[in-house]
Amino acid sequence: MSKITRADVANLARLARIEMTEDELDHLSSELSVILDAVARVQEVAGKDVPPTSHPLPMTNVFREDENRPSLTPDEALSGAPAKEEQRFKVPKILGEE
Amino acid sequence: MSLTYEKLIDKYEPVLGLEVHVELGTKSKMFCGCSTVFGAEPNTQTCPVCLGLPGALPVVNAKAIEYTIAIGLALNCSIAPFSRFARKNYFYPDMPKNFQTSQYDEPICFGGYLDVKVDTDEGVKEFRIEIERVHMEEDTGKSLHMGGATGRIHGADYSLLDYNRAGIPLVEIVTKPVAGTGKYAPEVARAYVSELRDILRSLGVSDVKMEQGSLRCDANVSLRLIGAEKLGTRSETKNVNSLRSVERAVRSEMLRHAALLEKGERVIQETRHFHEDTGDTTPGRSKEQAEDYRYFPEPDLVPVAPAKDWIEKIRATLPEKPSARRTRLQESWQVPDKEMAAMINADVLDQVEQTVNLGADPTRARSWWLGEIARIANERELPASSLPITPNDVAEVVALIGKGELTDKLARQVVEGVINGEGRPREIIEKRGIKVVSDDSALMAAIVNSIKAQPEVAEKVRGGHIPAAGALIGAVMKETKGQADAAKVRELLLKHLGQA
Amino acid sequence: MIEKSATQMAAALQSGELTSVELTKAHLARIDEVDDKVKAFLHVDKEGALKQAENVDARRKAGEKLSPLAGVPLALKDVMVQKGIPTTCGSKMLEGWRPPYDSTVVARLKSAGIIILGKTNMDEFAMGSSTENSACFPTHNPWDLTRIPGGSGGGSSAALAAFEAPLAIGTDTGGSIRQPAAVTGTVGVKPTYGGVSRYGLVAFSSSLDQAGPCARNVLDAAYLHEVIGGYDPLDSTSINAPLPPLVQAAKNASVTGMKIGVIKELQGEGYQAGVLKRFNEGLEELAKLGAEIVEVSCPNFEYALAAYYLIAPSECSSNLARFDAMRYGIRTGEGSAEEVMNATRELGFGKEVKRRIILGTYALSSGYYDAYYGSAQKVRTLISRDFEQAFTKADVLVSPTAPTTAFKIGEKSNDPIAMYLNDIATIPTNLAGVCGISIPSGLAEEDGLPAGFQIMAGAMKDDLLYQVGAALEAALLSKWGAPILSGAPKLGAK
Repeated sequence: MSKITRADVANLARLARIEMTEDELDHLSSELSVILDAVARVQEVAGKDVPPTSHPLPMTNVFREDENRPSLTPDEALSGAPAKEEQRFKVPKILGEE
Repeated sequence: MSLTYEKLIDKYEPVLGLEVHVELGTKSKMFCGCSTVFGAEPNTQTCPVCLGLPGALPVVNAKAIEYTIAIGLALNCSIAPFSRFARKNYFYPDMPKNFQTSQYDEPICFGGYLDVKVDTDEGVKEFRIEIERVHMEEDTGKSLHMGGATGRIHGADYSLLDYNRAGIPLVEIVTKPVAGTGKYAPEVARAYVSELRDILRSLGVSDVKMEQGSLRCDANVSLRLIGAEKLGTRSETKNVNSLRSVERAVRSEMLRHAALLEKGERVIQETRHFHEDTGDTTPGRSKEQAEDYRYFPEPDLVPVAPAKDWIEKIRATLPEKPSARRTRLQESWQVPDKEMAAMINADVLDQVEQTVNLGADPTRARSWWLGEIARIANERELPASSLPITPNDVAEVVALIGKGELTDKLARQVVEGVINGEGRPREIIEKRGIKVVSDDSALMAAIVNSIKAQPEVAEKVRGGHIPAAGALIGAVMKETKGQADAAKVRELLLKHLGQA
Repeated sequence: MIEKSATQMAAALQSGELTSVELTKAHLARIDEVDDKVKAFLHVDKEGALKQAENVDARRKAGEKLSPLAGVPLALKDVMVQKGIPTTCGSKMLEGWRPPYDSTVVARLKSAGIIILGKTNMDEFAMGSSTENSACFPTHNPWDLTRIPGGSGGGSSAALAAFEAPLAIGTDTGGSIRQPAAVTGTVGVKPTYGGVSRYGLVAFSSSLDQAGPCARNVLDAAYLHEVIGGYDPLDSTSINAPLPPLVQAAKNASVTGMKIGVIKELQGEGYQAGVLKRFNEGLEELAKLGAEIVEVSCPNFEYALAAYYLIAPSECSSNLARFDAMRYGIRTGEGSAEEVMNATRELGFGKEVKRRIILGTYALSSGYYDAYYGSAQKVRTLISRDFEQAFTKADVLVSPTAPTTAFKIGEKSNDPIAMYLNDIATIPTNLAGVCGISIPSGLAEEDGLPAGFQIMAGAMKDDLLYQVGAALEAALLSKWGAPILSGAPKLGAK
């Protein structure tokens, strides 16, 4: 039985940038444990000799030429912005640099 | 107790890891057709793809792949027959999709090396830097931090984002751990970035302007006790943006680590930022918990499997390697190692070569770029290459000296004028009324005056003591305000005193 | 007129018997009349639709040669971006967002002169099988308004079944076109992966998502498929080859001599008796038409659901990261960018979306990647191999589309695993990238609700879906004497 703890969910929520209430953490940890039990079955058949498939069709080398295409106008680019200033997206203060 | 650098080196061995990011000079971005021109109005070079709008999909720029393969080949890498893009997942406002399309365990180039030369106490020594991988990724947008301390992220009230840079193709070149450089670690780091930059420039894949951020270096530094196997804890100094800063940042980190270790403290694995003004580093935001980038193959892109003949075609068009070019130039110019290293260090090789190509004598061309121009560059804390003087100007000055229209001293005034933006050499000569006094009668008058003023010196010269003439020549030069050709003065003076 | 097929409407437009404006107005009126009960639409673009219709009429009048479906109205799943028209994906997150660009599908619809009536309801970000996960409201099944219309594309299928539109666009990541088609008595096609451009389709799971046609009959779907399908240089995963001739295949509805493979693993336990019965009748019809029915085994299909519920959440955890309140969509919360992101994502995403993001984040995280995401990708390989094997024994494969008919709204909302089981028969095609169609197989005896018959074909063999689908459809139609939807309640009669 996979056991996902509250702390696990809290850490996942942090990675996924979703605030969660205590209730949600409790609820999700028990729910996820059940779901993970169900999906863990994939490990039964996934042998070492089976290559993974990340793309359903075996395609390679899809490129475009290095040519310019029209950009959006700044108005269009910023049309959905919750806030803007000086033709830029205005966002709350950023805490640290990556 | 902090150690001096010499003491540090006796006890510890520095190990470097260098990650260089290069913005490729393609016309369009990595995954869309937006322009990559630097300095455009904010958010004028964006589209659904590079803004990460819902539904938009990336398509790989073929030129970016070609450039990356060229870089790999120039760095003696193997080109992967099959490589893949992967998503690096983390949240940051300057990254429109909140994942960076990058490469993870299947980079396009791997396993190369680059040899760099460093001037050591025992002469010029070569160090081999092993390249772990060369991979493709995309750049992020740019943030302006508003309010609070000017432009700093800390204490800002809010930020403004411009995504023109988001999605510009970026190549990351990662070294294996570099050990065995001992006290020369800072110089080796600098020489590596410098050599890499020369290669990238010669390939024409990037404008490699560190000051504009098109070439950025992250320097990983760790120390271990001499003889120890295990690597020490490293720090990663991010986005160092000049060659000089690379060298200084490495040295500063070595000293900082040593000081910590001597106090019995731990070096924390963290990212740090280098400050040009103080010459030291400060920590980035410490993360309470580790990031987990959750890399996985980018499902919106298909794998890259470059055909052999494509790779060979790229290989066939690779330009001469900068190191080979240097050897060739050194031979043709007959320059000693030290002088050659000096030119490379001052980053004026291109300028000297172009000056020579314009007809100047190699020795003269070199002495201008390494002498007066380097001196002014140093004074202004700028690279010589960024001063507003061109090989054309220098070649012209050299030619004018050759024709006797300028003396060395006058030429220095002209060069300074060019650097100060007063115009091209001819214009400055005209504007400043610079003229070599070559009129024999005017010179003779000055010579006669100098003999009158120092008759006893003149006697010595007449008596065959030629070196004494210097005092007289000096007086003539002074009288003519330096506008006379010293050689000519000497000739006339000696003749006049019966010694020619 | 609104109960006619799209092909019949197109013929009436071509003959001049009808104008596109009249046809569009009739559908807008129908929407006005019934959509407060069905709740298929999130946004109706009356003005835009009429303008488009006028334009098509004018072009036709001017003698311009128009594409076959020009002037026929269509309902667009709200996951597909349309310039200037609200696109929410059924989420609070995108409230008020009007995209500044057209998806490739929309661009092709527009250039074919198809009239886009509006955007249809869906499970939030296409995650669900009932359309109950829409942040706006649930959509109701026109056959029984207390029941779900399937999902995630329940709005599109309900709009077809309620005669609000003769054509619709859906997207299918694990069955979101086919399962709603099955439970509403309509036709839905999941094309071969890469057969229809994903550019402008708001991604749920990039390696599984595929847009496709929804209609009330096979031929209509084939016409629509030919409009939206084919190579698109804006989608790197788009197949650079011509579509097989789909309309021709639908018209050449013959199965004589074909081998039809019944997948052993996709029947039996968990399947409603009435659904299986109609499925078996479908097989009999095909046999009567001269097809050879063979049984095939796909032993790894039993792992498909598990693999799907790792791969789709993993990809979605990354795809949905961009909804962060910085560039578009809603913004809430105080403090730093990070705090605002956290608060906005908490408010903007519904329960199921959060559940999947967290699950996907877990499956990709270091230390668990190999066991979960990595293993799921290997299962994907095994499922593709099962298909390859099966296609050596049969030209097409068949199964019931969904194990049951439409369930009651609210019945399974608190049991995610029971909900996930709805897609057990449709998921394998998505994992392998092959194509599938659902056509009505009849009404289940026990509840009188529609059931679906699924036909699957290999990659780029979408024509076989239409060929076999049209043959079976014709056989069943002659057996029933009238289209299945003629038996649905007449919602308009107040």
